[in-house]
Amino acid sequence: MTRTVVIDPVTRIEGHAKISLHLDDQGYLSDARFHVVEYRGFEKFCEGHPYTEMAGITARICGICPVSHLLAAAKTGDKLLAVQIPAAAVNLRRMLNLAQICQSHALSFFHLSSPDFLLGWESDPARRNVFGLMAANPDLARAGIRLRQFGQQILELLGGRKINAAWAVPGGVRTPLSAEAEAWIRERLPEAKATVTLALDLFKKLLDGPLEREQRVFGDFPSLYMGLVGSDGQWEHYDGVLRFVDSTGQVVADGLKEDDYHDFIGEAVEPWSYLKFPYYKPLGYPAGMYRVGPLARLNVCSHIGTPWADKELADMRQRCGAIANSSFAYHQARLVEIVACLEGIEALLNDPETHSPRIRARAHLNQLEAVGVSEAPRGTLFHHYRVDANGLIDRVNLIIATGQNNLAMNRTVAQIAKEYIPGPVGANASIPEALLNRVEAGIRCFDPCLSCSTHAAGQMPLHVQLLGADGELLTERYR
Amino acid sequence: MGVITLRVNGVELAVPAGSSVLTATRQAGAQVPVLCHLDGLNPIAACRLCLVEIEGSQKLQPACSTEASEGMVVKTDSDQLQHLRRMAVELLFSEGNHVCAFCVASGACELQNVAVAVGMDHSRFPYQYPHRPVDASHHLFSIDHNRCILCSRCVRVCDEIEGAHVWDVANRGGESRIVAGLNQPWGEVESCTSCGKCVDVCPTGAIFHKEDTTAEKHPHAERAQRLRQAREQHQWHHP
Repeated sequence: MTRTVVIDPVTRIEGHAKISLHLDDQGYLSDARFHVVEYRGFEKFCEGHPYTEMAGITARICGICPVSHLLAAAKTGDKLLAVQIPAAAVNLRRMLNLAQICQSHALSFFHLSSPDFLLGWESDPARRNVFGLMAANPDLARAGIRLRQFGQQILELLGGRKINAAWAVPGGVRTPLSAEAEAWIRERLPEAKATVTLALDLFKKLLDGPLEREQRVFGDFPSLYMGLVGSDGQWEHYDGVLRFVDSTGQVVADGLKEDDYHDFIGEAVEPWSYLKFPYYKPLGYPAGMYRVGPLARLNVCSHIGTPWADKELADMRQRCGAIANSSFAYHQARLVEIVACLEGIEALLNDPETHSPRIRARAHLNQLEAVGVSEAPRGTLFHHYRVDANGLIDRVNLIIATGQNNLAMNRTVAQIAKEYIPGPVGANASIPEALLNRVEAGIRCFDPCLSCSTHAAGQMPLHVQLLGADGELLTERYR
Repeated sequence: MGVITLRVNGVELAVPAGSSVLTATRQAGAQVPVLCHLDGLNPIAACRLCLVEIEGSQKLQPACSTEASEGMVVKTDSDQLQHLRRMAVELLFSEGNHVCAFCVASGACELQNVAVAVGMDHSRFPYQYPHRPVDASHHLFSIDHNRCILCSRCVRVCDEIEGAHVWDVANRGGESRIVAGLNQPWGEVESCTSCGKCVDVCPTGAIFHKEDTTAEKHPHAERAQRLRQAREQHQWHHP
């Protein structure tokens, strides 16, 4: 008889999801699926609104990464105005994005994922969280929380509030960087750097020891990777062109413009999930699976362009190869990117252009359709708007980072389940919590933001179902 | 000009004859919320927020359009008035689509301020979610009917101060809405001088400058009064 194990809800991620593990007649795992069970509908209800509201509306998609939507919307707005925004506005938007990537990655690493590494997969689930971390290692927990605060505070210093600031607008930004803001950032940078040094040292020791098996089985498979790269192939998060590389490092496509995304990205739909399945069109569905986000950005770039981050990238490539194919490497990639963010913020502060008072280009509507792109903490984000002659939204398409990792997340869940459930599962066998936690942790590697990607409110509860071959529910586990 | 005396909340005061009860309540230091009333425009008592109790009257009276009279005894605050004012604001919220999160007027919105003033933390009435359009046909300004509370300040400022009379209120009851010209797209109304006075006096984010984004509207409701005074007192005509 076949069974399905359901993990519902998946915890310590942003949004609602469940995982179902399907067993065949002999009780062996035959399939695993990551279901996103929430729906938001932003693409639909934005219709009829002025394009000038899109930054304010879409920033509300997410409380973790509102900046990503803000920037993608503002960049789309720049194109609708057909203006080149002032250099200071570009620098300030870049600083905003770096601060957000820093805070989001700190949240993912310290608050959401490190309890697994530091407290142990088998530890009490009730304490396997940031509060448990505070009790076990208060200095580390405090440092991680303060690192996130560093990024969040920069968001507030620039945009007036930590969450959902509508500060980036079509044509530029609203306010310049104040002297007080600059002074605060400079004062706190050394502490932020010390925290990421601590985290890198700690994590590398874990990779060399207790996390060896996880690196091998948490989503280690070939796939394509996509991300923005700069003019000479360097790491990029705001401008640039899109590049696809394969699992061997071969560049599959390069110099792609976001305007043409429809030519190279298809969006498949499955009846069992609200999350769409984007794929690389030339390879078709599902062969065109690609990954985005920190791991992909580090795989597609030639270098980062700042000394410490380049050193950390070299160290990661030494460890994982030129292309890191294990999804577990997302965690290290996040730490490397925090380094890049801190160095990038410092460089922007030192650039005199950043301090120019010219920050906004004003214009009327000059284009009726545009695509904007930005690198969100979780990967590449596309906003595509079509407006009528008066600037009212006629059509919206949002391609969210988490969606683009959907195929890879499903694959990761299946790989982990097969590793940790190698033999047949008896009809009445229970599934150990630590196993389910590893399956969840496979999802956490991607730091998915389901609220963003299905355009749903709420926290991330997990539901795992064990289903028989005939679809019968054999056992399930909620958390 | 004669003077009349009256009592507001127990305070004895004198106001010029012809003053409204609202003027008297302000002189007495009472906080009476208003939305449709704007100094400089003729009162229409549409929003019903300035209702007060007047001794000897069975009905509650709108302070903005009731003339103060000799010996009048006015009460601006009571459990009944608080209840009714809050209800009026809740009804405004439930009948439109007021989403502060991305509204152009958030932070500078009189409806938002009044909601805080009357202690509204939610609406007890079901939201109607009406399907209302945005008219962005004007080259400088837009009107979002979702945010319109039918205060008719735009109608009055355009008629009484600018003299163009672009705006009117069409239909009845829940179907009422502001129309431009002969119910045309605003951009096609030739009588509009694009002066922007309707943007200045709109208490919400219903009428706004097209390039303004979330929370960027800076209304200038005081301009109506300033313009009227300047005109009536010939302030710009030097002998």
